[in-house]
Amino acid sequence: MNEANLDLWEVFVRARRGLSHQHVGSLHAPDAEVALRRARDLYTRRGEGVSIWVVPSGAVSASDPGEKEPYFTPARDKDYRYPTYYELPREVRGL
Amino acid sequence: MSSARVLTALTRTLKPLDAYALGLGDDALIASHRLSEWLTRAPDLEEEVALANVALDQLGQARFLLGYAGRSSGLSEDELAYQRADREYRNCLLVELPNGDFAHTVLRLLFHSAYQRQLYSALGESTDGELAAFAKKACVEVDYHYEYAASWTLRLGDGTEESHDRAMAALTDLWPYTAELFAGDELVTALAGEGLVPEPEEIQGPWMEQVTAILAEATLGTAPSGTWRPGGGRNGMHTEALSYLLAEMQSGHREHREDRASAGA
Repeated sequence: MNEANLDLWEVFVRARRGLSHQHVGSLHAPDAEVALRRARDLYTRRGEGVSIWVVPSGAVSASDPGEKEPYFTPARDKDYRYPTYYELPREVRGL
Repeated sequence: MSSARVLTALTRTLKPLDAYALGLGDDALIASHRLSEWLTRAPDLEEEVALANVALDQLGQARFLLGYAGRSSGLSEDELAYQRADREYRNCLLVELPNGDFAHTVLRLLFHSAYQRQLYSALGESTDGELAAFAKKACVEVDYHYEYAASWTLRLGDGTEESHDRAMAALTDLWPYTAELFAGDELVTALAGEGLVPEPEEIQGPWMEQVTAILAEATLGTAPSGTWRPGGGRNGMHTEALSYLLAEMQSGHREHREDRASAGA
């Protein structure tokens, strides 16, 4: 089997109920079924997850590294975007 | 030399249930070693990790079973794994055969894991509580090994012309060795009578059903006929392949014998 013939898949694992799936890595596989099985073997051997998603890497649309500034310039000076002045009611202290 | 002779004598006089556990432990140990031989040789990295996972599960099962088998005779799992000669091993012939190509490895795993699956699920009802608890836990592991082997059998059998031919050759080569899994003997009959272990016939039916369904779906036809049914592994009569396997598997232990002696181990 030649890796050049195998598609690349991105792997997402949900650690436990209530959490969202997190990207954990990628792998080669000929199809989704094998990709899932391999993800199980490669990324959940030590009880890391309760659910796995695999997505063809080609299906991921990524932001352009050249557009970094317009996309990601820090907004710390725009304090109206942060809940800075909002006081938490006592009843939701555990939030 | 003398300690090896003592060990030989002891394994002949194991209590019946210990001797039975030794056979299953040797199945798992030898299967584990064969699978581990794929490391650095698998078709790709992902498949290598999958095979290594199965090998490690089998090794874990071997550790429990050998520990259990030797406990009442004062034999450790290491002594049983590393200090016996080939004639003292009680594994079935199927697990010791050389790996061959990937199709041989997959079909061997299909036959063996389907067997372990039926066996462990029945052993889970054993009147021996410790063995039953082990079997229930191990069942989950071999379920996955079976799923893995079954999905590859389908892919190879119903894949390209070459993969089909290779799977077919593996089926023809390995099938005769599956009869030994259900051969049974006086030991098994006696233990089964006490409800400690399942009757071989009890697990053979479901095994056959499961395996033939996969073979049919994989377009590999029906199970080969033929009357040649090698056996003898449970009595220590092995193929020469086991001797080479043991020479390698036990080499590290032999090499460092003096280190352990000086450490007082």
